[in-house]
Amino acid sequence: MNPQVLVDGLIAGAMYGLGAIGVTLTYSILRFANFAHSELLTFGAYAALALSSALGVLSAGLLAPIGPFSFGWSLPLAAIAAMALTGLLALAVDAVLFGRLRVRRSSIIVMVMASFGAALTLRSLLEFVFTSKPAYFTRELQIALPLGGGMRATPDQLLALAVAVLLVVAVHLLLTRTAIGRSMRAVSENQALAGVVGVDVRKVIRVVWLLGAALACVAGIMAGLLVQLRPYMGFDLLLPLFAAAILGGIGSVPGAMLAGLIVGLAEAGTVQLIGAEWRTAVAFVILVLVLLLRPQGLLGRPQA
Amino acid sequence: MSVELIAYGCFFLTVALTYAIMCLGLNLQWGQTGLFNVGIAGFVAIGAYVSAILTTPDTAGRLGGFGLPMAVGWLGGALAAALVSYLVGRLTIRLRADYLAIATFGIAAAVQLCALNLEPITGGPFGIGFIPRPFAAQAGNPLLFSLFNLALLITVVLLLYFALERLVRSPWGRVLRAIREDETAALALGKSATRFRLQAFAIGGGIMGLAGAAQAHFIGFIAPENYLPMLTFQVWAMLIVGGSGNNRGAILGAVLVWGIWAVSAALIAAVFDPGQQARAASLQIALIGVAICAVLLLRPQGILGEMRTVSRHLGTLAKRTQPAEKRPE
Repeated sequence: MNPQVLVDGLIAGAMYGLGAIGVTLTYSILRFANFAHSELLTFGAYAALALSSALGVLSAGLLAPIGPFSFGWSLPLAAIAAMALTGLLALAVDAVLFGRLRVRRSSIIVMVMASFGAALTLRSLLEFVFTSKPAYFTRELQIALPLGGGMRATPDQLLALAVAVLLVVAVHLLLTRTAIGRSMRAVSENQALAGVVGVDVRKVIRVVWLLGAALACVAGIMAGLLVQLRPYMGFDLLLPLFAAAILGGIGSVPGAMLAGLIVGLAEAGTVQLIGAEWRTAVAFVILVLVLLLRPQGLLGRPQA
Repeated sequence: MSVELIAYGCFFLTVALTYAIMCLGLNLQWGQTGLFNVGIAGFVAIGAYVSAILTTPDTAGRLGGFGLPMAVGWLGGALAAALVSYLVGRLTIRLRADYLAIATFGIAAAVQLCALNLEPITGGPFGIGFIPRPFAAQAGNPLLFSLFNLALLITVVLLLYFALERLVRSPWGRVLRAIREDETAALALGKSATRFRLQAFAIGGGIMGLAGAAQAHFIGFIAPENYLPMLTFQVWAMLIVGGSGNNRGAILGAVLVWGIWAVSAALIAAVFDPGQQARAASLQIALIGVAICAVLLLRPQGILGEMRTVSRHLGTLAKRTQPAEKRPE
């Protein structure tokens, strides 16, 4: 097999892992599979695109590529603002929709369905505003650098990989070493009990939305940078993200990253061995295998 | 009223009734049993493709040429969809509730992919044409043709409706609702929750397959893009708007939402210029999403709420109440 498969798989896998961390966090703490997570991803990417173009209009210098990368300073600046905007969007959706259902003690599945409706609305509005034509952060061409062993990667791809690793470590430390991280784990363990011992559950939920949305935004920008922006980009990532979150074990951040890489590598291998037209089936096959063999996931605990 | 208008009315209602069949299937899964199926399009596609393959004449380069009677095709489509539903249910129903949602989402994507790529079986992106249509002999007379087709669909929907009403009011239906409302209590009474859920999920999936077969034969042509996730969302909106848990609500919702859909599509075609129409169509989809959320928030029971049903020996209390009868016999 061509060693390039490894590089392609790892880069796609890093993207999946990053998205899956957001899924796994919101899943374990808010306790429902949020089908609208993919739209946070798409929204984040488009928000960054709009802001980045706006910055470019203000000062053309910001568009000049930084070093070996294909984008200028406008993109990282826009990314930070887009993360905040995506977080606000998540909070707004929670205030209008999920929060009200939570107060009513709606069942998990009603929340899932509501997330479905929200996803549909957001995606279609994005399609209306930005049209279904693919968009790009930059039109710069990049030469792939040789990495040795016949493998190549562009500087953008290597940066994406580094950012993913950095964020995984950061989120892991946040969860294990800080007070808010402890509160988050407590709420994920037992919401009622956490409330009784004085954890501010509503604050934890807000933080989870902000964190999940920011991670989704980064994953979306990455997908937009490495592939392209489309209104359906998030929707198409939904199955790999859920597969990775479940394979990793719901609630496990290192698990989500590891599983993301596995899904990415499996897809790259499939493209090489079977054919590109079956790539999207890989996530489904992995999902079925996990549910059959180890429903709690690789690093998850058996569900109560 | 002109003949064309009546013929169009029949066509509209016939299509709406094929959606009503899907809604009835979903109502058994979600409305009665609380199983969340996000892969409706996949099960509908299975029914449509299986029936088409069984009944179409021989085509070079594609599996088929069985030329079986239409009834066999419909039955085969329904059975195939029921079988796949059973397998998916088998895999996930014992796990947490939303795993079923994710798995059905995955099966719809997988079915779509197979329809596109397994060209020797499904005809690939070009789909399958020349599917025999019911009452093809009357095709020369549009009015008669559409009236006959409408009558056929009305018959199918009515039969299903009465069968499902019967089922829902039977001890079996009461156990389903008991499990939905309080699984522990049902288990304590010796009812196997997994088995009953699995049965309901498979029957519901089979009904969706039947809807797919009926639709395929009415239109006469199928292709993978008929079974995009959009279809799933539409059916969900229909059931939720009409009133989940209520079979009449399922039928009403299907006709109503399909009507809104058709009117809004006509409106978009009239208001926007052709270049912008694809873009404006996304607003139509946003409308469906908003409708789902709004009904969940404002009127969770839909237009027609769930009817309180008890054993028919006690008669039906036509009161709309939130908690269903919890006592299986």
